[in-house]
Amino acid sequence: MPIKSYLAHPKKGKRAELVNALSNLQECEVIPAENNDLLIVVTETSNKAQEDKLKETLETIDSLKMLSMVSGFNTSKND
Amino acid sequence: MYTSLTNRRSFIKKMAVLSAMTAAASMFPGIVFASEQENGIPDGDLEWKKGPCRFCGVGCGILVGVENGKAIAVKGDPNSSVNKGLLCVKGYHQIMCTQASDRLTHALVKKNGTYVKTPINEALDIVANKMKSTIEQHGKDAVAMYTSGQSTIPEGYVASKLMKGAIGTNNLDCNARLCMASAVAGFLTTFGADEPMGCYDDIDHADYFITWGNNMAEMHPVLFSRMLEQKNRRGAKIIDFATRTTRSSMASDKSILFEPQTDLAVANAICYEIVNNGWVNTKFVEDHINFSKGLTDIGYGLEDKFKFSDKPTKISFEDYKEFLKDYTPEKVAKYSRVSVKDIKYLAAIYGDPNKKVVSYWCMGMNQHTRGTWMNNLMYNIHLLTGKISMPGNGPFSLTGQPSACGTAREVGTFTHKLPKGVVMNKKHRELAAKIWKVPVENIPSKPTYHTTEMFRAVDRGDIKFIWTQVTNPLVSLPKTSRYRPGMEKDSCFVVVSDVFPTPTSDVADVILPASWHIEKSGLYGNSERRTQHWDKMVEGPGETTPDAWMTIEVAKRMGYGDLFPYSKENHVEEIYNEYKEFHAGAKHEMAPLEVLKEESGVIWPYVDGKSTQWRFNAKYDPACDNGKDFHFYGKPDGKAVIWQRPFEPAPETPDEEYPFWLNTGRVIEHWHTGSMTRRIPVLHKAMPNAYIEFHPDDANALGIRNGERIKITSRRGSCIMPASINERGLPTRGQVFAPFFDENLMINDVTIDAFCPISKEPDFKKCAVKVEKV
Ligand code: SF4
Repeated sequence: MPIKSYLAHPKKGKRAELVNALSNLQECEVIPAENNDLLIVVTETSNKAQEDKLKETLETIDSLKMLSMVSGFNTSKND
Repeated sequence: MYTSLTNRRSFIKKMAVLSAMTAAASMFPGIVFASEQENGIPDGDLEWKKGPCRFCGVGCGILVGVENGKAIAVKGDPNSSVNKGLLCVKGYHQIMCTQASDRLTHALVKKNGTYVKTPINEALDIVANKMKSTIEQHGKDAVAMYTSGQSTIPEGYVASKLMKGAIGTNNLDCNARLCMASAVAGFLTTFGADEPMGCYDDIDHADYFITWGNNMAEMHPVLFSRMLEQKNRRGAKIIDFATRTTRSSMASDKSILFEPQTDLAVANAICYEIVNNGWVNTKFVEDHINFSKGLTDIGYGLEDKFKFSDKPTKISFEDYKEFLKDYTPEKVAKYSRVSVKDIKYLAAIYGDPNKKVVSYWCMGMNQHTRGTWMNNLMYNIHLLTGKISMPGNGPFSLTGQPSACGTAREVGTFTHKLPKGVVMNKKHRELAAKIWKVPVENIPSKPTYHTTEMFRAVDRGDIKFIWTQVTNPLVSLPKTSRYRPGMEKDSCFVVVSDVFPTPTSDVADVILPASWHIEKSGLYGNSERRTQHWDKMVEGPGETTPDAWMTIEVAKRMGYGDLFPYSKENHVEEIYNEYKEFHAGAKHEMAPLEVLKEESGVIWPYVDGKSTQWRFNAKYDPACDNGKDFHFYGKPDGKAVIWQRPFEPAPETPDEEYPFWLNTGRVIEHWHTGSMTRRIPVLHKAMPNAYIEFHPDDANALGIRNGERIKITSRRGSCIMPASINERGLPTRGQVFAPFFDENLMINDVTIDAFCPISKEPDFKKCAVKVEKV
């Protein structure tokens, strides 16, 4: 059950679009900075395969300039 | 912070968010995530309780979410005008430290070399008996208390009453001596009244923010984020004037670097330019200013029992102009490494009557062997141009600790201070004696030991009993290489009250378990004269007890019960109401407790139900009564003073043997000596250890790579740290920088205990060292 957090940088002028795109993904929680073009993204998936698939989806988002991982945790199913 | 949540997954999710926030904060100065507060805060019956943040002098309002008697979340208080709902990473994570497994929960008494868990009442008996017997054998000046700018107002007040009123010794000083004493001395010499005249709302009005030797993005992050907002919204400019390139410099519009100690000369050069270009606000100067000079070549306090008192002499504006001729931009550029163009650029900003300017400073100017002078010079610039005490115009001395103003300065936990005024003044002693109900003869009229001299006296064996509260001097003092062995000596009985074990508690004979911030009620006073009250929110573990109550219990055991008639349940209120009597009157009226309980802080003077945001300006300050637009009523004739203060070199400068300047300071992740923040996993992980920063050219020349172990040696001691190149900050060539939060890598073994002879504040920013790979 991987839980990961990322810093996501939107392309210029595309912050709202990126927030929207990420918020529409069920596995993502988005926390935009108040005063900076930067978003925190927390992903929660059920297994490695789903995690990889999500990563692929994220990379296709047009408004996303860069995604950098900050932390990764793996929890057991029963937690 | 979230450990009481039963769902481990949501806990982990929050840890993931916090890690990301911490990473973002170290990469982007001033970044804030307000909406994080609402995310993932557990549903259910959370009760939100208001208070100030435990950490820095910004004094953000926090709301602590309490469920079933446990604190489980923190968010910014939207009602606090300080932070308007925002917090920095330290603020969000603060309550996590209370869960640390090594929390001091019971008193420990050293018996035959080992600490024995002891009932708190028994430990307090031991403390009181030892204090009493020491006084009987060696006199009252053989006992001392050393407290903190993190003590609450009631804690500082009862410490002062016990030492000065009851026992009758001025052996009370506090760690604010290490951070704010030069600011205090600057205010008193220039204005005759301590603390800034303006407030944080200046940020909403200023066109320029000029920061002098400080790094607000890391040390005052919420204020810096407010400045960045003004920069982005309406084009306000931030100019960073410093000796090292920091996160603040990177986010500023312009960064100007200067050679350590030459800020004195550059400030004078700015004044030269203001005078020379006809930018003086003549009417303001004629109406409101006197000119004075003091002694020069005043020493550095390096020897034990060093004494100095300044001898002010009045001078004329013409004399002052003559003095400034030594400080033309051309002359100053030669030794300050600041270009003529940049000096003129700074002067032109201050000199432009249509630009509103706020100057901010903190440790760079205060921790300075000429710290009082430097504060005076800052005021000179604002007084010459009349840019003071107006929305968006003013000099603003930032404070480091959450109640350096409220407790250390206003209650007066310095050797020379009383809750109102100073021990040297008969009237002030009489007022204190009246309110404390003690004979006036009890209060000695001479100050004794300021901090450095107090620990020298411990080392010499003159002080035989010392009680420290809410502070960790064996990490934070300069030259700990002398003062640690001093405190270890058998000649002094050491009592330490704290929340966690520290290198200071390691040398204690008795360790008293203190309540943390939200486990007791209290009041703090922040940088902008804002007094903030909070009620106890949760129970502390074991026998933890508020410091104020431990002081009262010791006082009672020593036979001073009559002077400390407070009740355990309501002592905070009772003490505040007594303390408030000291400040009655329009110049410093404190808000009634009922108001403080209701509001998220109130700025004093609080007159007719209103905070005074800009002191000394008749438009805003009801205490002005000279019939003019401004009234500097701290001085008998109502005029502020422009001081003639020259450039003088630092006591120790790099030479062949010790070729580098050493500068020390803080990082955003850690609060001072790290005793709390290093126990917050996400902050500790983000910044696990101290380091020594190099300029890449110096590192290259010495063949030093990132992470290599480097021995830093001064004439006083040495310390080994990993090298850091092009990471957090960038020192100028010929300078190295180390943060002091790490008790395992003690940079203060290396620093020098030279201090400003007027304020007695040590200089942690400048000494000479050599570096070598090990
Ligand atoms: S800026 Fe200071 S007062 Fe505000 S949250 Fe951060 S540490 Fe606390």
